[in-house]
Amino acid sequence: MTQQPSNLSATSAAAGVSPAVLAELRSIMGERGLLTAPVDLRTYECDGLTNFRVMPQAVVLAESAAQVQAVVRLCHRERIPFVARGAGTGLSGGALPVADGIVISLTRMNRILEVDLENARVVVEPGVINADVTSRIAAAGFFYAPDPSSQSVCTVGGNVAENSGGLHCLKYGFTTTHVVGLEVILPDGQLVHLGGSALDPPGYDLLGVFVGSEGTLGIATRITLRIVKRAQCVQTLLAAFNGTNDAGAAVSAIIAAGLYPAAMEMMDRLAIEASEAAVHANYPPCGGLLLVEMDGATAEVEANVEQVEALCRSHGAWEIRRAKTAAERTLIWKGRKAAFAAMGRISPDYIVQDGVIPRTRLPEIMDEIATLSDEAGLRVANVFHAGDGNLHPLVLYDARVPGQEAAAERLASRILELCIEKGGSITGEHGVGEEKKFMMSKMFAEPDLETMQRVRCAFDPLHLSNPTKIFPRPRLCGEKGGKYAPHPLETAGVAERF
Amino acid sequence: MSTQTAPPLLSGPELGERLRALAGVDAVRPAAAGDAIGGVSAQWVVEPHSDRDAASLLRFATEAGLSVIPRGGGSKLSWGNPPQRADLLLCTLGLHRIVEHTWADMTVTVEAGCTIAELQRALAKHRQRLAVDPLWPERATVGGILSTNDTGALRLSYGGLRDLVIGLTLVLPDGTIAKSGGKVVKNVAGYDLPKLATGALGTLGVITQAIFRVHPLPAGTQTLQLQPAGLPGMQRTILDLLNSDLPCAQMQACLTSGAAPALYLGLEGTAAGLAAQEKTIRERMQPMPLSFATAEVWRARQDLWTPPKEGVYAAVAKLSVLPSKLMEVAAALDRLAQARQAQWRAVLQGTGIGWLRVEAAEPASAVELFREMRTAIESGGGSLTIAPLPPRSVAAELVNGGATALSAENAIDFWGGAGDALPLMAAVKRQFDPQRTLNPGRFVGGI
Repeated sequence: MTQQPSNLSATSAAAGVSPAVLAELRSIMGERGLLTAPVDLRTYECDGLTNFRVMPQAVVLAESAAQVQAVVRLCHRERIPFVARGAGTGLSGGALPVADGIVISLTRMNRILEVDLENARVVVEPGVINADVTSRIAAAGFFYAPDPSSQSVCTVGGNVAENSGGLHCLKYGFTTTHVVGLEVILPDGQLVHLGGSALDPPGYDLLGVFVGSEGTLGIATRITLRIVKRAQCVQTLLAAFNGTNDAGAAVSAIIAAGLYPAAMEMMDRLAIEASEAAVHANYPPCGGLLLVEMDGATAEVEANVEQVEALCRSHGAWEIRRAKTAAERTLIWKGRKAAFAAMGRISPDYIVQDGVIPRTRLPEIMDEIATLSDEAGLRVANVFHAGDGNLHPLVLYDARVPGQEAAAERLASRILELCIEKGGSITGEHGVGEEKKFMMSKMFAEPDLETMQRVRCAFDPLHLSNPTKIFPRPRLCGEKGGKYAPHPLETAGVAERF
Repeated sequence: MSTQTAPPLLSGPELGERLRALAGVDAVRPAAAGDAIGGVSAQWVVEPHSDRDAASLLRFATEAGLSVIPRGGGSKLSWGNPPQRADLLLCTLGLHRIVEHTWADMTVTVEAGCTIAELQRALAKHRQRLAVDPLWPERATVGGILSTNDTGALRLSYGGLRDLVIGLTLVLPDGTIAKSGGKVVKNVAGYDLPKLATGALGTLGVITQAIFRVHPLPAGTQTLQLQPAGLPGMQRTILDLLNSDLPCAQMQACLTSGAAPALYLGLEGTAAGLAAQEKTIRERMQPMPLSFATAEVWRARQDLWTPPKEGVYAAVAKLSVLPSKLMEVAAALDRLAQARQAQWRAVLQGTGIGWLRVEAAEPASAVELFREMRTAIESGGGSLTIAPLPPRSVAAELVNGGATALSAENAIDFWGGAGDALPLMAAVKRQFDPQRTLNPGRFVGGI
């Protein structure tokens, strides 16, 4: 089922991009930098969330900040909405095109511009692949910490837009922790610098707001990253439990003991089964698998790993394995990283959900998800970042069976509602995008959302930059806050407020 | 943003009555001389006991054209440019509850007026802490350290406040109570307003509540002292340690004009881990002298605000550069100070953030020195902001008074350049506070 996004751009009404504007785009981009043929545009009609599809008017393949700036200026002059796009691996429809707008692809801007090991800084263009940053500095003993499962294909620019996480953010933080400076093309075409190479530049932390703003505040064209020195010692262990509740109790005990793992990941029986079928990580067949990685100074890590093992055993782990070599460690993580894609081995279709709960609520939500799964007659595989409470339930279904897809979507959003009820969040790392914007009203009150949109109005008063994402209802900039005033489109019955 | 605001519609006793009606009789008192901010006196001090009261007061102030200066413990109230006007002081000390410490989730929800020391004592009951080491923790509040973005040497390993604050309640000048972020560490739903408010000096809204991620208290700590040879040796040692696989929780160089520099390393871990780390550092740093020091050395930053001797003027500034430029800064400082017969001290941290104190016989020469330092540092992509002594009313408690080189006669812009994003910052301010109710003129570029 392909859905049409149900929100309306505040600019709306543009009937498309005129031939004159296309000609102007062509003069900026050259022949090989502009796509307009439907067969070419088809590639860009969706991102990793494939059940939302919109054909853009045109796609530009930017090679420089100057090109991005010229295109954005033109869009601003002509009031054409635009959507920035990296590798298109996003899972919330953040890079979904706008029907009357264009897509600005940044994958050709893929140069690593500067490497400053002394100060642990790397400057990249937005189209650089996440894993290529680490490859470039690995020989010197450094790594780029944010490691989303898609890191071998996703771009740093996309990571900045989504504030991507990964397996190791429990200790190392998210993309926002590792971006210190940005060159940004604002939605009116101005080029500004947010943050810098040194910390704490005077003024508002607009860098902090920009990272994770899902392309709604402008386009980053140059990104200064902070890199991290590899720890002296890394120890990874795998512990098999009868169920996720036992594994969850072990996680709580590890936290309570004051231990501070670099990563703690959990998988349930179905997720293990799928992962084994796909990449043969040789996981033990069990109801709850816990993967724990500790890093730091050698003596410290050795002592802590002993303690983690003891806590796992006392909470019912019946098999514990430590990765003895780097190759073994890679294999352990490979099984986890492949978990989403592996669902294809055990189900024709599946929805990847992303929600967060306070970690201590894990046992109850697992029981509730099991109940919902039984009621819906659909299987749910569970993969989570146990250390930070980020759940990735995978709802399995068969689109050929009438009604199953709708039931799967209902189940997936019901799980998100549970996350909100438990004091959590509707997304830990995939973003709100197109997919979850109507859930925002369930997580936040209207004044909260209205306040966030004040930031958007400062950056993008005309709502041109990825205009239909994140918020259930665009705020008309210039309108007074406070009392709710219906959007003219609502009054006209064209749009509905959620 | 230097538009002149119209005079307020209400003042004096009439205003006092209105405020009492809004926030309660106990929550309002006339401002005293000690409540002045940067030499600008206020009319009334209001101390709301709920975010709803704070919202009513702010909405009223905005409608009445009154300016509002938020204040926590007051220890850093002299930071920022003097306000263009100060009608009401909104004191957050009435909002001081620790709402919820969900230790198993490693998060804490706390009101803005809670002091850092009180918060740390509560967290320590479960062997946890907020991993920051701000100035004057007994006095400084949650809202105050967030608004001034004040952290110390622990930032090297745990990040700054922007990395630790996960949720915020912000009361806007129009009375909107806005929550952002949440109670979970990992959360990308909506814009990251907690970061926007951190370091905004209360110019966008009044922080009434914050949610932080907390960390386990270390099993043990150890402080080591190294004596690198001269500034080049110090620079090399800092970079060697930063770029090694040895985790230092804290790192700071303490330098004083005319004396040998010392480098301090703060280690955390188990007894066995600490012993092993110390041994490794000793071996790698051979033949540099290495000794143990007490945790007192981490107060060196705070000691920069100690009052100067009679007849001497002192000024303190914060700087930020790339770590590889720290000793260049120290060398420039030494050169400029010698030319003015000024004395200096510096505490420079591994993150590239440092703190300078200059003592001179003439206030003007200390200020002039900072100006020159700022020009040099900004040309290299860094920044220098002034960090004045606490206001006299609280200084007695914190630093026993003292003469500051900074006064109206020796005005220097507090912040320095905010770069090409300043118009965007002004646009953000207009969205949140179009009437310029909050802290008018105190922030960068006159925001």
